[in-house]
Amino acid sequence: MPATEQDFLNNPLGKNPTLEDVLDGFEFLDDWEERYAFIIDLGKQLPAFPDDARIEENYVHGCQSQVWVISHFHEASGKLYLLIDSDAMIVRGLAAMILIALNGKTPRDLLATDIDELFEQLDLFRHISPTRGNGLRSMIGKIRDIAAAHAAE
Amino acid sequence: MNDLSMASTATQKAFDVQAIRRDFPILSQQVNGKPLVYLDNGASAQKPRSVLDAMDRYYREMHSNVHRGAHTLGDRATAAFEGARETVRSFLNAGSTREIIWTKGTTEAINLVANGLAPKLKAGDEILVSHMEHHANIVPWQMIAERTGAKVVPIQVTPAGELDLESFDRLLSDRTRVLAITHVSNVLGTINPVNELVGKAKARGVITLLDGAQAVPHFQPDVQALDCDFYVFSSHKLFGPTGIGVLYGKAALLEDMPPYQGGGEMIERVSFERTTWNVLPYKFEAGTPAIAEAVGLGAAIDYLNGLDRPAMEAAENALMVRANQLVETVPGMSIIGTAKQKVPVMSFKIEGLHPSDVGTLLDQQGIAIRTGHHCAMPLMDFYGVPGTARASFAFYNTLDEVEQLFTALQKIQRLFA
Ligand SMILES: Cc1ncc(COP(=O)(O)O)c(C=O)c1O
Repeated sequence: MPATEQDFLNNPLGKNPTLEDVLDGFEFLDDWEERYAFIIDLGKQLPAFPDDARIEENYVHGCQSQVWVISHFHEASGKLYLLIDSDAMIVRGLAAMILIALNGKTPRDLLATDIDELFEQLDLFRHISPTRGNGLRSMIGKIRDIAAAHAAE
Repeated sequence: MNDLSMASTATQKAFDVQAIRRDFPILSQQVNGKPLVYLDNGASAQKPRSVLDAMDRYYREMHSNVHRGAHTLGDRATAAFEGARETVRSFLNAGSTREIIWTKGTTEAINLVANGLAPKLKAGDEILVSHMEHHANIVPWQMIAERTGAKVVPIQVTPAGELDLESFDRLLSDRTRVLAITHVSNVLGTINPVNELVGKAKARGVITLLDGAQAVPHFQPDVQALDCDFYVFSSHKLFGPTGIGVLYGKAALLEDMPPYQGGGEMIERVSFERTTWNVLPYKFEAGTPAIAEAVGLGAAIDYLNGLDRPAMEAAENALMVRANQLVETVPGMSIIGTAKQKVPVMSFKIEGLHPSDVGTLLDQQGIAIRTGHHCAMPLMDFYGVPGTARASFAFYNTLDEVEQLFTALQKIQRLFA
């Protein structure tokens, strides 16, 4: 099933939970097990991803796991909506974090968001092996490219 | 300087893993607040202090260019460098140091051989490799095949991760020119029956290359007994420095091959009319070599020679046995690669978990393993997995570390449950 505009608009991530909710929740987790359990749980909130969108064009290279990103630009509101999919649980959790921070923003707002700072706040980059870190950067890079293309229009 | 390590290695004391661990400075550190458990030896092994010291001493006391200077330092550097070549010759039981070529590593050694054999290949010829090769023993042959019209043909693998010998017998034919095969699989740990393979290939006049990258860290090959034409390995997996490796080749074949790169050192005489090549092994060593690294590799082999090898192999085997016993303590875990003859390498998957999740969460617990395709994508395709998690052990790993790995895996399992 191809993704409809509704699929994009129905994605709760970016509205609920809010970034503040997540940051607040994360603050009280003090060991790696709790932090990762939290991330894995976030990953379970990723909405279903359309099967037919798992194609090369949407593939994010540079990750150990398979990652796909698709987007929909909502003309009426000028906002950019995203869906991400991965076969690895931790990557799904990180993808959810990215969506919470970036989904449903205007391309300009998206580009103005310092996602690295967010992940540093979460103390995540330090805890992620370089290859995985690279995967994360590739995901963010792809999303920023999409936003930049729309911002330029 | 710690003379203890020297004493303990020189006299071949009983295999005491705790004493051995003290020879490897890097092993005593903490990672993510936990004592490091290093189980990624297949990717690259750690270095004993004697290797670090040898390289340090080389730069402090002997460095200069080799085979050049009419001065004392040049002589010292050359002696150390050529001494290391002799150490490697003896390690492989090669007939002559002329047959020991320094390369950057296994990858460059295979590329060198593939390029050197290209003039012998033509359309319709076949290069036999296997389905369990590292990309380093596939891609150079594909590149040569592209150039010459030859074909790269893979020998099948059985589900247990052994070479399918029927497939080998079927594929070995009058068209076969080269058999290039791994001695030990980096993913599965399988020790291939290379004596038999090389024997059958030789009987048909096929040129043979063995990729020893994963073999030499666990046991010592004898290239004369194997009777292979080429044997290659990397120093960094053999507890030596990065940036250097070895190509053993039979002198007659090496003489026959064109040089790989042109430059200084590899020539006898250069003129614009005619340039002639230097003698073996220098013909294949263009430019200033990795001198300190060669010395470091020599020191690594000296270190291994000081260990009680049979005891070391028994200790490694005990690690594998313990790991195999513990597999059932992790629900959904299964081993990929259950060959009868194995080095202590354990590729595994856990039902419902992506290998990268496993790797990340082990790292949180101070445990280093490798996850991914291990540069063996055809083998991943064969098993229908995107990748595996792989714990690869060295003689300095302990039974306690094996147990920590499984305790950590159980924890991860619970996290996802
Ligand atoms: C079996 C095998 N062959 C070749 C290589 C390539 O070695 P290097 O990268 O040191 O050249 C490796 C290293 O992973 C290996 O395991």
